[in-house]
Amino acid sequence: MTIIQFVLLGTALFSMGLYGVITRKNAVLVLASVELMLAAVNINLVSFDAYLADQLHAGQMLALFVIALAAAEVGIGIAIVLMIYRNRQTADVDALSEMKG
Amino acid sequence: MTVSLADWFREAANWAFMIIAIPTLFAGWRTVTSNNIVRAVLYLVVSLAGTAALFIMLGAEFVGWTVVLVYIGAVIILFLIGIMITRAPLGVDADLSHARNVRTPAAVLGVLLFAVIGYAVIDAFENSMIEPFEPTATADLANLLFSRWVIPFEVVSFVLLAALIGGIALARKDDNGAQR
Repeated sequence: MTIIQFVLLGTALFSMGLYGVITRKNAVLVLASVELMLAAVNINLVSFDAYLADQLHAGQMLALFVIALAAAEVGIGIAIVLMIYRNRQTADVDALSEMKG
Repeated sequence: MTVSLADWFREAANWAFMIIAIPTLFAGWRTVTSNNIVRAVLYLVVSLAGTAALFIMLGAEFVGWTVVLVYIGAVIILFLIGIMITRAPLGVDADLSHARNVRTPAAVLGVLLFAVIGYAVIDAFENSMIEPFEPTATADLANLLFSRWVIPFEVVSFVLLAALIGGIALARKDDNGAQR
């Protein structure tokens, strides 16, 4: 196993997540694309952990922290989407353009 | 030492990698392009399951099963609840993504990002092999988590508490809205 095959897979997933964040209109799907990007970062962290044979397992620890923070982020994100839907009856991120000059 | 493509395919682990990676990439692609919102989220399950399988392949068993429990078990349920609460159309809906005038620049940006990072990685780590390793024992990971990594661990638990309170405060029905 080479290291680049894992890192390239992570890069491809990250690029897809970026594409999704830009193109998706529904707020829930924007959050799902962010999750895809975080999963790609986790692949990177864990593969370098194995590559460097780290005794402190920094990569796996960071991946665990990323997973915990991603769960918190989704919880808050869905709560915000719910608030927006309750006030405006829409989950479309393009409808929230009041701050535009 | 260079790794030729034939050598690469001779290694059984690389076949396992391909079998995991191709569905992962396909599901990731469908997650960001599908016109059906429920299917997009369910494709995300496949993609995350693929990453969990890769973690187990890389010896990170605990991280892999944590992904299964936290992402596939909890986060996907949150997404589905979010879809149901916002009454998103459950069938095919062409209005989930932007039109072509946004999609094309986004695709160009994604390909450019992949090309730049890919070039940098191949330039830096060409032919670097992952040496054979023992799977990480969960007991070792736990010992490290509560010795070397205990302060980040406590900070993360504090962040989770703050997110919990914030989530409740945000989503709570506001009975006396006039006073806020």
